Amino acid sequence: MEDIIQRKSGDSIELISFRIGEQEFCVDIMAVREIRGWTPATSLPQAPSFVKGVINLRGAVLPIVDLAARMGMAVTEPNERHVIIVTRICDQQVGLLVDAVCDIITVDTGTIQQTPDLACDVVKTFVKGLLAMEGRMISLISLDNVLPTLEAEQAGAETASILAA
Amino acid sequence: MDPLAAIKVTFFQECEEQLAELEGGLLAMEGGDHDPEIVNAVFRAVHSIKGGAGAFSLEELVRFSHVFETALDLIRSGDIPADQETLKLLLRSADVLADHVRAARDGGSVDEGRSSAMAEALEALASGMGGGGEADTGDGFSDFVFNPVAIDLSDTAAAPDTSIEDLLARVTGEVEAADADEGAEGDVTWHIRFYPQVGLYQKANESGLLLRELARLGRIDVRLDVSGLPNLQNMNPEDAYLGWSVELTGPAIEEAAVRDVFEWVDGDCYLDIVRADTAPAPTLAQTLAQTPATSIDAVGEVDVMALIRAAQAAEVPGAAMVPPSSGSAPAGAPARTEPAKAKEAALDAKAQAAAREASPQTIRVDLERVDRLIDLVGELVINQAMLTQRVAECGLQRASSVAMGLDDLEQLTREIQDSVMAIRAQPVKSVFQRFPRLVREIAAMTGKEVRLIMEGEGTEVDKTVIERLSDPLTHMIRNAIDHGLETPEEREAAGKPREGVVKLAALHRSGRIVIEISDDGRGINRPRVKQIAVDKGLISPETNLSDDEIDNLIFMAGFSTAATVSDISGRGVGMDVVRRSIQSLGGRINISSRPGQGSTFTLSLPLTLAVLDGMVVTVAGQTLVAPLTAIIESLQPKAADVRNLGPNAQVIAIRDTHVPLIDIGRSLGYRTVTPPPTEGVALLVEGEGGSRAALMVDAIQGQRQVVIKSLEANYRPVPGIAAATILGDGRVALILDIDAVMVPKPHEGLGAAPASTGGGYDLSAAPTSLAKVG
Repeated sequence: MEDIIQRKSGDSIELISFRIGEQEFCVDIMAVREIRGWTPATSLPQAPSFVKGVINLRGAVLPIVDLAARMGMAVTEPNERHVIIVTRICDQQVGLLVDAVCDIITVDTGTIQQTPDLACDVVKTFVKGLLAMEGRMISLISLDNVLPTLEAEQAGAETASILAA
Repeated sequence: MDPLAAIKVTFFQECEEQLAELEGGLLAMEGGDHDPEIVNAVFRAVHSIKGGAGAFSLEELVRFSHVFETALDLIRSGDIPADQETLKLLLRSADVLADHVRAARDGGSVDEGRSSAMAEALEALASGMGGGGEADTGDGFSDFVFNPVAIDLSDTAAAPDTSIEDLLARVTGEVEAADADEGAEGDVTWHIRFYPQVGLYQKANESGLLLRELARLGRIDVRLDVSGLPNLQNMNPEDAYLGWSVELTGPAIEEAAVRDVFEWVDGDCYLDIVRADTAPAPTLAQTLAQTPATSIDAVGEVDVMALIRAAQAAEVPGAAMVPPSSGSAPAGAPARTEPAKAKEAALDAKAQAAAREASPQTIRVDLERVDRLIDLVGELVINQAMLTQRVAECGLQRASSVAMGLDDLEQLTREIQDSVMAIRAQPVKSVFQRFPRLVREIAAMTGKEVRLIMEGEGTEVDKTVIERLSDPLTHMIRNAIDHGLETPEEREAAGKPREGVVKLAALHRSGRIVIEISDDGRGINRPRVKQIAVDKGLISPETNLSDDEIDNLIFMAGFSTAATVSDISGRGVGMDVVRRSIQSLGGRINISSRPGQGSTFTLSLPLTLAVLDGMVVTVAGQTLVAPLTAIIESLQPKAADVRNLGPNAQVIAIRDTHVPLIDIGRSLGYRTVTPPPTEGVALLVEGEGGSRAALMVDAIQGQRQVVIKSLEANYRPVPGIAAATILGDGRVALILDIDAVMVPKPHEGLGAAPASTGGGYDLSAAPTSLAKVG
């Protein structure tokens, strides 16, 4: 017990790990607000393919991002076994659609390995580092870039202003 | 937030209220209302600001409000007549005072020249009131307090007493100057012993003013008690050492009247008020004077209260020589009960004042709490709708007790929702009240004579709407005076009164708030407007436009009729910005103008931004909500009425007019192939500019009031979608942005401009379609 407390106050972080297909990922637990089952989303017009739509989260409108599609993998066809991880990114709440949530893990920040240089820029954008754990490899996801980037938003705003004009 | 900062916030909130009361009162006086209560209220407002400002050491604010207060005081006493000229000056002073308050709050600076000019004008007003002794006193005191006399402290050992004596001589001399003649026999005489404590001065009160106030009640004989004054070396310049004993004589002076004078300083001074015929001559001052002066010298710092207590202790044995007067209050006048009484009297006076104003009780609530409540009630409404739907799905009969109970619940939730919304509703007065000042300033700048008439200030609308109304209204009023009204000379030449009228009116009309800004000026110069539009390439010279359409050209982007960019309007912000900000509130703006008779702008806005009456429709399997306000009618298109126009555009004939037929599903990108129009329902909608279109949907589900939820909060704006809502089944439905879907997307490249029908003029389409023609 003492040991855990020691590590918590030290350089360790707690992460929630989840699965997309055969791959395992994790995010900082402090960014996670809640985990809930899949509910049908209302699709948004002119949205990127990885935005599944919006759902009602106790009165708030929550956009759902298909994390698989966001990272360039196959688009998920969600069913009730899929899971939405509700996260807080900056001042916005975003739901991440994943296959399943696995575990809560505590790791020393020193053990996080750098993401190796890969050809795929998309992966590099989202994967902040790698963790080796019991023979598994878990990718640490950076949430900052999950929603469409600023340029995309500006482009969207321009479209909107053209429409409004 | 530390407590002091919190108090400061409250102080500034109250300042805003006081300023509003001040301006309201002055305007009422200008309008010919001479109720002394209004004058008192105006005086109180300035006095309260000064008091609070003193507590927070806001020097500039105290200085200006003091001068202002002095002038108002003379008006209150009737020494200065409250004529129109004076009131104009006072109104402008109120503006400067508001500037000072804002500068103190936001850390900005005040136009120093304007402020000092105004202060001088007020002082001139105060001193030029006809040479009464009182005015001298007042001015003398303001000099004394706010222009400190430099004392060379390095020289204290040499002659410390003379400089103090000099100072005191000024004070006593001036106070005594107010003491006009000797008391007549038979009058009531009050012995007042007044020993201010340091707190009194810290709150920017002033003994001199209080004494002057006493002088108003009757003849006064003021004696300054300097016995508390320590050696200059030991003197704390911020402490209070002086006391006064006053003999007030006059016919039928009530004790309450005397106490009223000290209402504001209650608790910050030692005060003893004794009737001469009930209390004998030995005054506290005298007792004080006899108390060992050596102790004062020794201690150096003087605690007046301690001295007074000592003096009282000395007095007690001598109480026996006070003849007990029959029936009246205990003559010994113990200091312990007196302040309590004074407090009671003060409370009484306050209660009376409150009763006079008969204002409803209010509380201050953090807006976030109200918003949270509104959110929760919104969810309650959704939940209730979900429950109703579930019960209906269970196949329960409408008359069953469960269903009936749900009906009651629905009614209740609606009422709760309405009441909660009413909390946020505020009278438009809070934004209207800024305009008298604005009008005065612009009138002064342009050299025009303007009268502002305001109607329906009590009309209530949601706070968010009010907040966002301020800028567009300001701009439109600026325009009305700068462009709309003529100069007095031009008006006379045109046979109109020199003074132009700008009218601002608010009223409720069919669930919306309508605000009209009208002027009786020259109206819109249509040939010139059209010429400018042609010059700027906004329209082609051949374009044939109706008068209405020309008037509406001023809303186009990049349009400004002023030949020169003036300081008032034409700051690079045109009517197009006004129109856009009104539209972003879900409102519309219209103009009607008659040459030589003036123009009227009409704004129509929703009462709240939180709920919306909508038509729930189905498009390509999606549930959407169309704002009911935009829908004129719904119809089932007949094959014969639908005609193709160009490669992929369609129009529909509705009673002799042809309007574009737009498939929502394709417009939003839900589908690429448009189903035959005969299989769906067409909604005839009208956009902001009055243009019409028929929107094709697959089916209509019904009409419902929906709670508006922001998409931007967690996502970003979506083209064609105004907002989202949550329906009875708990799912999110999107609310259509009618104007956005009506405008053809650029890549679709519709060959024809949207048909301009029904006398309307499609402003939203104008910049693109007309530019193409030009």
